[in-house]
Amino acid sequence: MKFSKDHEWVSLDGDVATVGITAYAADQLGDVVFVELPVAGKTVKAGDGLAVVESVKAASDVYAPVSGEVTAANPALGDNPETVNDQPEKAGWFVKLKVADPTELDGLMDRTAYEDYLKSL
Amino acid sequence: MTAVPDQPLKTTILNPAHRALKARMVAFGGYDMPVQYEMGVLKEHLWTREHAGAFDVSHMGPCFLDLAISGGDPEERHQAVASLIEPLVSGDIAGLKPGQLRYTLLLNEEGGILDDLMIGRPSDPNFQGRLYIVVNAGTKEADLELIAEAAGKAARLSRADDGGLIAVQGPDAAEVVGEIFPRSRSLSFMSFERMPLERRTVRVSRSGYTGEDGFELLAPTTAADDLWRRLLQDERVRPIGLGARDSLRLEAGLPLYGHDLDPTVSPVEAGLAFAVSKKRLKAGALRGAERIHAEFDGGLTRVRVGLKVLEGAPAREGAQIVEAGWAHLGQVTSGGFSPSLGYPIAMGYVPPAWSAPGTQLTVEVRGRGQAAEVVALPFVPHRYRRAA
Repeated sequence: MKFSKDHEWVSLDGDVATVGITAYAADQLGDVVFVELPVAGKTVKAGDGLAVVESVKAASDVYAPVSGEVTAANPALGDNPETVNDQPEKAGWFVKLKVADPTELDGLMDRTAYEDYLKSL
Repeated sequence: MTAVPDQPLKTTILNPAHRALKARMVAFGGYDMPVQYEMGVLKEHLWTREHAGAFDVSHMGPCFLDLAISGGDPEERHQAVASLIEPLVSGDIAGLKPGQLRYTLLLNEEGGILDDLMIGRPSDPNFQGRLYIVVNAGTKEADLELIAEAAGKAARLSRADDGGLIAVQGPDAAEVVGEIFPRSRSLSFMSFERMPLERRTVRVSRSGYTGEDGFELLAPTTAADDLWRRLLQDERVRPIGLGARDSLRLEAGLPLYGHDLDPTVSPVEAGLAFAVSKKRLKAGALRGAERIHAEFDGGLTRVRVGLKVLEGAPAREGAQIVEAGWAHLGQVTSGGFSPSLGYPIAMGYVPPAWSAPGTQLTVEVRGRGQAAEVVALPFVPHRYRRAA
């Protein structure tokens, strides 16, 4: 699993990346009440808006950590957006992306580097 | 409300207590305030509806207006101090009964709303000729300047915003506050009284901003911390941040100044006609009387409504309200997810023809149209303890 400075995580399986937000991000957002996800087929570049996550208080953008084409959005988040808080790095995943260039992941942090980054915030 | 850059945030007397509770702090109205504590906005909101929440609202502007001269008949003294502030506001201040608190509006010459505030008349016969006033944090300095100017040399305005103003709200508030201030049990909604806390004096009002029964406690600097600690020692009470304060007041259909109300909005447009003194309006003794008259006679172009968002994301402040054919109708002035109802709600302004409950509209969120329906305010019924 790799991590972005915007607190997204990416887990690569073949050329399909599963993307979500980190436990730190979920905690910062507070109780998630709605998640707006992209439709399958949408292509995104790294850094583009990928989803919007809404807490009681505010709406926050989630950015694509890598470029690719959306192949699936997590259907469970429609009825149970709180899954993002309960299991942010597992069942609370946002989308699956067919990755355009797997080497883009090299620019992301591993868990140790991400945890060091969190300490620096 | 944003902080002015280069100006350090002010703190309330309870700031160290919030930090000790690991609150997440944000800038609000020029103050460093807790937006949420460890429970988080959603659970804090629900806790307040089910039990009792304690809110630090010391950033607001409590103050006293006192007649400069002493002596005289108590009723005449009240009339004298009321006549100083009444020209600035929408309500009947002269008609306040001893111990009564009234929600009123500070108006500009055009009848636009400069702030919403509370004005109270003390119950104690020895304190007639005094008004207890509470204004909003973000408008505090401008309001106090206006009031002091209107008072001139006839009355003295003294701030009381160095102490603590603590709201206790929710179905258990009466029991919790009753154990600390036994006399609070006999207060009804929108009344207030001075009550002792050991050797100190706290002003206890039965009022609030959540739609629940509850109290607002003005404690002097020497008592604020102690009172906050006593409240939190009660297991029915949890500290509640500004996040849940906002979602609670939204469900209660209560407007927030700077969002749902601003200097272009009139009391009638805002659905606050109850705060306009009909007697003073009839006498033409009200700022913007002409406009307000015309609006009462049907000359309205927009009114504040409640919206139930039927699908999709919460429609927040600034979201456009359109009809099915996408003609622009108005915009959302407050909106979010309702923790009690489990769906998004909003308030905003639309033309009167679109304001009847049941009217189907569309709200635009991030370029997408979402179905919404006009519903009666409040979204969640008020549970005030009104006088029998």
